[in-house]
Amino acid sequence: MPNARLLMTFPVTATSHTLAEYRARGGYGALEKALRQMTPQQVTAEVNASGIQGRGGAAFPMGRKWGVIHPNDGQPHYLCANADEGEPGTFKDRWILENAPHLLLESIVIAAYALEVRHAFVYIRGEFDLPYRRLAGALEEAYAAGYLGADILGTGFACDIVVYRGGGSYVCGEASALITSIEGKRGYPRNRPPRLTVRGLYQRPTVVNNVETLSNIAWIVDHGGDAFSKVGTPKNPGTRLISISGHINKPGVYEIEAGYPWARFIYEDCGGMQNRLGLKGVIPGGISTKVLTGAEIESLHFDSQEMEAAGSSLGSGGTIAIADGTCMVRLLQVMLRFYHHESCGQCTPCREGMGWLHRIIDRIVDGQGRSEDIERLYSISRLNDGTTICGMGDAAGYATSGILNKFRGEFEYYIEHKRSQFDGRLACPKSS
Amino acid sequence: MKHLIPEFAVLRSRFPAGFESSLVLPCLRRIQEERGHVADEDIDGLVAYLGVPRIQIEEVLSFYTEFRRTPIGRFHIAACRNVSCSLRGSEEIVAHLCTALGIEPGQTTPDGRITLSTVECLASCGTAPVVTVNGAYHEDMTAAKIDALLATLA
Repeated sequence: MPNARLLMTFPVTATSHTLAEYRARGGYGALEKALRQMTPQQVTAEVNASGIQGRGGAAFPMGRKWGVIHPNDGQPHYLCANADEGEPGTFKDRWILENAPHLLLESIVIAAYALEVRHAFVYIRGEFDLPYRRLAGALEEAYAAGYLGADILGTGFACDIVVYRGGGSYVCGEASALITSIEGKRGYPRNRPPRLTVRGLYQRPTVVNNVETLSNIAWIVDHGGDAFSKVGTPKNPGTRLISISGHINKPGVYEIEAGYPWARFIYEDCGGMQNRLGLKGVIPGGISTKVLTGAEIESLHFDSQEMEAAGSSLGSGGTIAIADGTCMVRLLQVMLRFYHHESCGQCTPCREGMGWLHRIIDRIVDGQGRSEDIERLYSISRLNDGTTICGMGDAAGYATSGILNKFRGEFEYYIEHKRSQFDGRLACPKSS
Repeated sequence: MKHLIPEFAVLRSRFPAGFESSLVLPCLRRIQEERGHVADEDIDGLVAYLGVPRIQIEEVLSFYTEFRRTPIGRFHIAACRNVSCSLRGSEEIVAHLCTALGIEPGQTTPDGRITLSTVECLASCGTAPVVTVNGAYHEDMTAAKIDALLATLA
């Protein structure tokens, strides 16, 4: 099947990120079109018609999020691009920030025009070094060229963008935590309602969109929302940037049109598994999505509904391929250590539950596991489900129950024999 | 931090009016870039300059993993230990670093040259395993590449 490209449309070179090359690729043409030929309402209508859903993990329709912002309501609106890419396995937004920062900036200015935003923010994770420098450089270029500032392209439209660097915190990728972090505080998620589009940054209506989601806006304005909706499948319009890592021969970022077969992606595009090993499992969309076995994923397509029916999700597009011979008990230990480390501590079930999960998996790995530990891991996972302000507690529960559901026998073996069935291996096993 | 105030004023001018509280993170980052950590007197200075409560600054410092209240080595090596890096051999990389430096994660070499940390996912999964040195990414690491890297940290 064909595989449309909307974002990764050019070969990456050492200068792909510059304004000169972005312009040579037709860059900022969509901004000219939006500001000179369209009303803000027309831009919003195109985004609505595109049917685009959020690429950060929750797949919320962008148009519906935007629809809560009321024009002329007498208060400032804010827009935040979420560049706090931290879901383990996910590195797609980094590709945009490093290679096409102007695509993000152009799309932000168009979105700001549609949403009556005077000040927009890019919240970028603190560890991103090169992505930050590329984005900051692009920002300077865009101001100098008149694509940002008090009178953009002489149309009278004004918009400023502030690049805000995080300080190292997974939970700040959650939209309300992100906003609280931009307020210069601990990145604590907030209870809804009120939704952020009603009361967000400094209590004003705020839209938070993922970098990849926003970056599609330039294409949507260029070609129309209707054309966008015809890419992919009717329920999954557009493409997804899939970042694949793990025991795979050609890890990296790939643009995949919705509906594309997983088997073809893994075995043809990505060159199959290291050392010609079998595919034990795939974590499809960041470690907070449930693992699927190799046999399950091979019959699926890049389609939200199909993935959901299989009990998982495309999440944030962070795919991790796991080869036969990998110890899933120790893999879960790595995950639970992470969730424990990143719990913000606000909600008791998550603050305590992450510690419990981590201690139980540690004791299993140390050969001190008890026969009731598997059920205990399950019950703590359920305890978190829906009882916390943000989804992190749920996510750790999905990761835990996902691995237990598919590889329970390995846990039973480990507890009974006090050792791993696979020598505790995580790095790629040699082929037998 | 007084000498940084002109820089802070430039930062301030980029934010909308009323966003003084937002300057806490960027100011702390700039202070730490200069001093290597955030000292008591920096907090005093920032409370006076921004007019935010002292507890807000203390909370931020203790929440975000990148901020430090005490000095570390001249070179800060941080090795990712999350899923994708583990699948690509980060446990071997961390063990090799510990042996080569004679320290454990969280410690600094006795000469004050190198501090070793383990960190969570750095979005470098496709080029795993990754370590950073003072923030700069070094990707697709092997034990041999670690040795070559350590030789440059004089």
